[in-house]
Amino acid sequence: MNSPAMTLQTPEAVTPPGPEKISVRNLKFFYGANLALKGINLSLYEKHVTAFIGPSGCGKSTLLRVLNRMYDLYPNQHAEGEVLLDGQNLLDPHQDINLLRSRVGMVFQKPTPFPMTIYENIAFGIRLYEKPSKSEMDGRVEKALRGAALWEEVKDKLHTSGLGLSGGQQQRLCIARTVAIKPEVILFDEPCSALDPISTAKVEELIDELSSEYTIAIVTHNMQQAARVSDYTAFMYLGELIEFAGTNTIFTSPQNKRTQEYITGRFG
Amino acid sequence: MTDQHTTKAYDRDLEALGRQIAEMGGLAEKMLSDSIDALINLDETLGRATAAVDPRLDALQREIEEAAILTIARRQPMAVDLREIIGAIRISADLERVGDLAKNIARRAVKLAGEPRLPRAMIGLRHMGEVATLHLKEVLDAYAQRDAIAARDVWERDKDLDDLNDSVFRDLLAFMMEDPRNITFGTHLLFCSKNIERAGDHATNIAETVYYIVTGGNLPVDRPKGGEVNAGEGASA
Repeated sequence: MNSPAMTLQTPEAVTPPGPEKISVRNLKFFYGANLALKGINLSLYEKHVTAFIGPSGCGKSTLLRVLNRMYDLYPNQHAEGEVLLDGQNLLDPHQDINLLRSRVGMVFQKPTPFPMTIYENIAFGIRLYEKPSKSEMDGRVEKALRGAALWEEVKDKLHTSGLGLSGGQQQRLCIARTVAIKPEVILFDEPCSALDPISTAKVEELIDELSSEYTIAIVTHNMQQAARVSDYTAFMYLGELIEFAGTNTIFTSPQNKRTQEYITGRFG
Repeated sequence: MTDQHTTKAYDRDLEALGRQIAEMGGLAEKMLSDSIDALINLDETLGRATAAVDPRLDALQREIEEAAILTIARRQPMAVDLREIIGAIRISADLERVGDLAKNIARRAVKLAGEPRLPRAMIGLRHMGEVATLHLKEVLDAYAQRDAIAARDVWERDKDLDDLNDSVFRDLLAFMMEDPRNITFGTHLLFCSKNIERAGDHATNIAETVYYIVTGGNLPVDRPKGGEVNAGEGASA
């Protein structure tokens, strides 16, 4: 293949669409002695969706787990560099972890409802940070369930167990639980990998709606999903950020050969 | 593409698409040059034979479209694969149009066969035909090589054809003004000249598509244009 040269036009680069909500600066991450992220620089733009793609073990989930310091739960794991949330380094040892996690919520691969009623699943999270009255709490629960497009399906059985819901409903319950505490950023770690296509479509629709209010990062193995839901896409490989660009550019004319090979299914 | 897909059948789909485009390209190229030969030599037999090739080109275009749609549905192509497939759809449509234009010239050759008059403009038409056939050949080579530079080169030279079309237009006008009995013959030739110029435009479209397939970018909207008067519009009005 001849490489285009000289005055040949290239697709547009990333134009920042607004303020950076999260700025990752030279981030390194260690599992014990093992370097899993090798100096990542990246921005998450406010009220936009950024997708992380890459083969297993590339560090995309690790990066997501740094953004709300999920790794703090494990000894021997530590991060170096800076992750600025509205300009403040959240890797700072003095960072209040509970406050951070109320600002940066996370939805996991498998739905993780608590073994309690649907209502309590949501009220539980709210009570960690606030003490609303009964009627206020009812309002907050309804708003969260509506926000997660689950209200119509569960409004008549709020006081039955959350475990009785279908997988797709459970995942939306977890999203409702995340939304209920009014975070600023929501992290999705392969939120649809255990869901059927209809539930997946509902969650994608939800991500689209949520992006008008929240800054969203999503890790996904489904490239079409990344193409559908995100504004920006980051391709990672072996702990490095290989290419970051507007999603349209990444999926129609990526500039890096590795990105191209990965998204067209020529990897390895 | 040097690297193979993990799914081998995907490679086979794309290769098959490329082969069909190559076959269409060969047919369209031959139809265009044969139709012009038939016209210049007022060769009725060649004219009929050339027009008879067109259905094969139409059928190939439909096959390519179906295969492309199926591949999109089945594989959800991304990046260069997506551009390849969209490119195949576009190029096959352009080649099908080239075939139609060649068929039209071939039919006019059949109609004119046996006419005694041979205007000076025939030389211009022959030259136009050679240039258009060359552009088509070069752009198909650029496609086969996935060569964006070569494609852009063809794209830039389309103005040569526009200029030739203008000069043929003026010659034919003079030929018809000399003697009103030349008008029928001259009008047929005007349409042929326009058809050749259009075939060149399709080669230009293909150049744009090849450029897109290779780079993911687009050539500028405004392409260098030749011709002081818009002879084409004058001829078809």
